[in-house]
Amino acid sequence: MLYSDKVMDHFGSPHNMGVIEDADGVGEVGNPVCGDMMKITIKVTDDRLDDVKFQTLGCGAAIATSSVITDMARGLSIEDAVKITKAEIARELDGLPPAKMHCSVLAADGLRAAVDDYLVKNGREPISGGPEHVEHDEHGHAAE
Amino acid sequence: MTEKRVYLDNAATTRTDPRVVAAMEEFFTDTYGNANSLHAEGRAAHKALEDARARVAGAINASRPDEVLFTSGGTESDNSALIGLATAGGRTSGHIVVSAFEHHAVLEPAEWLGKRGFDVTLLKPRADGVVHAEDLRDVLRDDTILVSVMHGNNELGTIQPIRELAAVTHERDALFHTDAAQTLGKIEFDAAELGVDAASFSGHKIYGPKGTGVLYLKKGLRFAPYLMGGGQEFRRRSGTQNVAGAQGFAAALEIIVAERETEAVRLTKLRDRFEEAVVGKLDNTYVNSIDSPRMPHITSLIVKGVEGEAMLLHLDAQGIAVSTGSACSSGSLQASHVLMAIDCPQEIAHGSLRVSLGRWTTDADIDRLVDALVPIVERLRAMSPVYEKMFGTHKA
Ligand SMILES: Cc1ncc(COP(=O)(O)O)c(C=O)c1O
Ligand code: FES
Repeated sequence: MLYSDKVMDHFGSPHNMGVIEDADGVGEVGNPVCGDMMKITIKVTDDRLDDVKFQTLGCGAAIATSSVITDMARGLSIEDAVKITKAEIARELDGLPPAKMHCSVLAADGLRAAVDDYLVKNGREPISGGPEHVEHDEHGHAAE
Repeated sequence: MTEKRVYLDNAATTRTDPRVVAAMEEFFTDTYGNANSLHAEGRAAHKALEDARARVAGAINASRPDEVLFTSGGTESDNSALIGLATAGGRTSGHIVVSAFEHHAVLEPAEWLGKRGFDVTLLKPRADGVVHAEDLRDVLRDDTILVSVMHGNNELGTIQPIRELAAVTHERDALFHTDAAQTLGKIEFDAAELGVDAASFSGHKIYGPKGTGVLYLKKGLRFAPYLMGGGQEFRRRSGTQNVAGAQGFAAALEIIVAERETEAVRLTKLRDRFEEAVVGKLDNTYVNSIDSPRMPHITSLIVKGVEGEAMLLHLDAQGIAVSTGSACSSGSLQASHVLMAIDCPQEIAHGSLRVSLGRWTTDADIDRLVDALVPIVERLRAMSPVYEKMFGTHKA
């Protein structure tokens, strides 16, 4: 299992790490597969994402995907932000190992949850349609 | 980064000692015959092979050289011991006990046998990381034919009481196999004193070549060969023997045994110094099985509230190689079965880090690891959405 240089760059120096204190929406998601946690906070003006920050407890791919999704989402309308898919995140990172695709699902879900939270807080209907499906990955053992 | 690499994953594999490489060389280019041929080239190879066998038999205190079979590694030795002993004489049923924290090279053949008529019990180690003889006694049955418990656990570093486990097994007239891939040369291995019927060893864990191993099989046991063909290795393991590999294994074993006592003292000191430093500098950090008998070279650390793969990758970027039992690092996304076997909760196993020392590990390497690890953990905890909630403040 090898990570691309892009994954390692984001992992080594993540972008937009932290919490927006007066956030308009907060998305907190956990990974049922491996137990990782992600929190996305967003600042919204006229239904556009002015600022996006993340906190993640997880593997290299979880940190890299949350970092890259903050870059991808900044400046987008909320409609476009919730359409970001795991495949787009993986492409932005020059690919992810198959066993790590579910980490990009977590990032996409975190962002969706934050947008829905913003909408619900403002008395509006959520638009994300809920979390993406997590597939099961291949089996293997690390060096022992 | 121009600083030299610090390799602290010696339980995964070791660097082949240049003395071993030198000892092997003539068996590639000069003494290259097939050890089973009748001509001079063959006889020379045969002599070298039998010389290696006798030296290995001596080092593990086998009662005769033909109790030593050369194999392709720990995995083959484990697979063939389980399947070869269980199915000997055409047997198709019986009760087998293996510990729950065995290497997969034992677990998977046990599971394979379980699907083909054998009844397999997975015996749990206790929370101290040790398989206890009383617990084994409780699961043995009249129809038990084979027990396999590893000597040293590759993740925790704990040592199992093999002599007692073998004795309890023999009370029921069953056979006892031990996977001693991690202990060979690290602590004493004496086949007669331990009283085992079969044992597995791997060359690349003892500064020998990869793809070499030994299966110790006590004389007189019935055994169904796992590799069939030309009938080499006393008809118990077919295939043209790897004479250079056997010589390399023997050389590696003699070196590690000769240096064992001084090396054990040196590595234990380094290990203890590492454990004290890191537990002293990091909150919510502990060493697994710290009060159990352990091999000198393995530390299994739990750093709560961080994920192991993230620690591993940051350390790697700073020139330091370690490993982890975290779910995220294992293609299967399950925390290591070893940590699960000792009832380590999944979220805590998440923060596991295995540091394994070796022949070239120095004090300076340990300092570099501690100096690198502490800020990495602080940084990852600061990045976590749950650390403060779960553990309060982070003075890392
Ligand atoms: C305890 C144990 N058994 C078996 C093996 C497998 O040995 P090998 O890599 O030589 O096949 C290993 C190492 O990978 C091990 O640590
Ligand atoms: S978050 Fe656990 S594998 Fe990536």
